Amino acid sequence: MEFLRKSLDKAKHNFEKGGKLEKYYYAFEALETFLFSPNTTTGKKGAQIRDAVDLKRLMMTVIIAMVPCLLFGMWNVGHQHFLALGQAASFTDKFWIGLIKTVPIIVVSYGVGLGIEFVFAILRKHPVNEGYLVTGMLIPLVMPADIPLWQVAVATAFAVIIGKEAFGGTGMNVVNIALTARAFLYFAYPTDISGEVWTYIPDKTAVVAGYSGATPLAVAASAIETKENVVTQFNQFGSSWGADGIYSFSSLLLGTQPGCIGETSTLMCLIGAFILIVTGVGSWRIIAGVFGGAYAMGLLLNLLPGGNAFMQMPAYYHLVIGGLAFGAVFMATDPVTATQTETGKWFYGILIGVLTVLIRVFNPAYPEGIMLAILLMNVFAPLIDYFVVSANKKRRLQRATV
Amino acid sequence: MGKFIREKRGFTIQLAGKAAPTVKEFEMPETVALKPTDFHGLYMPKVLVKEGDAVKAGTPLFHDKRQESVMFTSPVSGEVVEIKRGEKRKLLEIKVLADRQVEYETFRKYSVSDIMAMNATEAKEQLMRSGVWCNLVQRPFGIVANPSVSPKAIHISAFDTHPLAPDYTVLFKGQEAHFQAGIEVLKKLTSGAVHVNVHNAHEIAGTFSQAKGVELNKFAGQHPIGCVGVQIHHIDPINKGDIVWTINPAGVIQIGKLFLHGIYDATRLIAVTGSEVKKPQYYKTITGASVKKMLENNLNSDHVRVISGNVLTGENIGKDGHVGFFDQQLTVLPEGDHHEFLGWIKPAGDRKPSFSRAFGLLNFLSPNKEYKVDTNTHGEPRAFVQSGVFEKVTPMDVLPTHLLKAILAQDIDEMEALGIYEVIEEDLALCEFVDVSKHNVQEIIREGIDLVRES
Repeated sequence: MEFLRKSLDKAKHNFEKGGKLEKYYYAFEALETFLFSPNTTTGKKGAQIRDAVDLKRLMMTVIIAMVPCLLFGMWNVGHQHFLALGQAASFTDKFWIGLIKTVPIIVVSYGVGLGIEFVFAILRKHPVNEGYLVTGMLIPLVMPADIPLWQVAVATAFAVIIGKEAFGGTGMNVVNIALTARAFLYFAYPTDISGEVWTYIPDKTAVVAGYSGATPLAVAASAIETKENVVTQFNQFGSSWGADGIYSFSSLLLGTQPGCIGETSTLMCLIGAFILIVTGVGSWRIIAGVFGGAYAMGLLLNLLPGGNAFMQMPAYYHLVIGGLAFGAVFMATDPVTATQTETGKWFYGILIGVLTVLIRVFNPAYPEGIMLAILLMNVFAPLIDYFVVSANKKRRLQRATV
Repeated sequence: MGKFIREKRGFTIQLAGKAAPTVKEFEMPETVALKPTDFHGLYMPKVLVKEGDAVKAGTPLFHDKRQESVMFTSPVSGEVVEIKRGEKRKLLEIKVLADRQVEYETFRKYSVSDIMAMNATEAKEQLMRSGVWCNLVQRPFGIVANPSVSPKAIHISAFDTHPLAPDYTVLFKGQEAHFQAGIEVLKKLTSGAVHVNVHNAHEIAGTFSQAKGVELNKFAGQHPIGCVGVQIHHIDPINKGDIVWTINPAGVIQIGKLFLHGIYDATRLIAVTGSEVKKPQYYKTITGASVKKMLENNLNSDHVRVISGNVLTGENIGKDGHVGFFDQQLTVLPEGDHHEFLGWIKPAGDRKPSFSRAFGLLNFLSPNKEYKVDTNTHGEPRAFVQSGVFEKVTPMDVLPTHLLKAILAQDIDEMEALGIYEVIEEDLALCEFVDVSKHNVQEIIREGIDLVRES
């Protein structure tokens, strides 16, 4: 470490003003501060000591909260793979399949995203921000395991350049970067990211007879046509091809269902939520708001007379199917794109939950609602804040006239 | 009847090096300095003495060109040895080499009944001429009070919740008569009430509990509940157009001494605190005293920062600096100019205090541990991230992030609407401490205040 420090100190003057590599100062700074926390001290006047926390540590906490989802997701990729092939496989085999499908996506996401961040930091002469540490992990977790890597690269580049840098960089973006990447793929290459694409099935491999890769959301959406009870359909699903109980409530909660790599397990998302809430990094108001809003909307649809089969699905099923839990815990809580006032966070979270269920039930074209609901509320977040801030100003004004 | 206010928001930073309740006997400092930079809102200080002049305690050293009747006077008698100026000849400090025995300018002496009978004009005249006036701070803006207005109320915070803050039962012991006389004088200056705010859980010095003719308000909660701005917000918030004054108990006592004894008495107790001080305790000294004698053979190491005031709002004055006018505390901390390998992610356990519970920060598990903290920033400046922590350490109905953004955008209407009149630096100092993006919050607040004031 001494050696490392010394070589950094030795190289530093090249990057400082007047040095040969002055242009690349911020790239150097990013590397240096990654290895060593800076030796800067507080100013002459004002706070003489600072909290031990910084943005890097905050972001790292979010990544740690995602680890359960990631690990479970890797296993599940293999699990779904072998289920579809009708083969029995050990835990290690399943995890291995997941590992070799997932790691390349993570590498591409970080490589492309951080590359762009560094280029922009050098061009714009600002420090490399830590925000991408989280985004780089979120993007793989909302991709299907079988996604072509070039699509990951294109989507990441689009999201970082158009979604973030065009707005001025980290902290200035209006919509969530990872969801921008996902939405980009959905609209640009719909065949690769909708329908039965969630399970990794290698080319020219025969699937087990009777196999269906329909997600629970697709099953529920199709129930509108067939007018059959959604829960009965869930419970029967998979029995024809040796995957009994794959969509039973407990499996859905645990997450042994096809879906994006990291989003399937509500349980793992709840572990992540627990980490975020206990550490105070994620807003419990938003998380509770999304779950509460979705559940309440589900209940309301249950009560509507003459509703279709999907509307009559018990409300708590909404919380375990699709990506609602993952979106609530890791996407909606993004501090940049969420509402900034504490009161506003309630409205923001609840509306995301309500909209998610509405989109799921009333938009048969694309049954997963959480992505669009969060993107929409990202856009409306400043409006919610506007009302909350106005209320604060109003209280002050009223006080003055009393 | 006073009010009782309980606040949950806030954060107490526990530091090592609390002052023991012993008082080191008076020793005259070599030099004493008066720093115009301690006072906000001065337009252009004009020096009234020359280097080499002999002055007495209470002799005017400078006044402000826009408020010439308010004198800033010498705390001790002696010889003016240095008039220090900075860039553009900005007056930084006037240094006086102190006599062993203080000679005082004489002012009129009042008996208690004289004080009762005195009118406001007479009181103001004596306060301004003697140099005690500048203890009065005007809100909004935290500037030297303007003698031509009558404030809505006067607020006195009778406890300090800052890190390593001095204990007021030690600081103001036996000053009942002076405090009461000071209160009587202050009552002449306002048509409203004089509020004395005490903490519910602290031992309350008799000086305050026995004070007559005041509103005694009780507070419960953590820092910044001891900041007078936060207290005003809960008792009687400042609206546009309102003017209130605040004063520290030390100032009230100084006023009391002025009227009862007819002298400008600048002796005061200062708590010398911090992890680098060998024997943290109270020192009897003079306002603006040189810190040399207090720190001589009293430091654990050499690489330290000497702070006049507390660690949240204080100023780095160096080992041969002088204590600020309003400060009743010195804090000595280790400097933090060192790198730490993988410091951004290395679990800190409970070695570093943090409001956050993010990965590796476990200090919330040991809430009573006293920390040795250095001056490292633990990170670099970044864009604002709204993680909701500002709100958790701001016990006021003020939205700190929005206010700060309005200031950075120089939007005066927005600043007014968001409550710039209700805050000064110290009220939001904790935001600066907890900020993950390492902004200089207090500096931004002062910029905003100056903008509004000049508009």
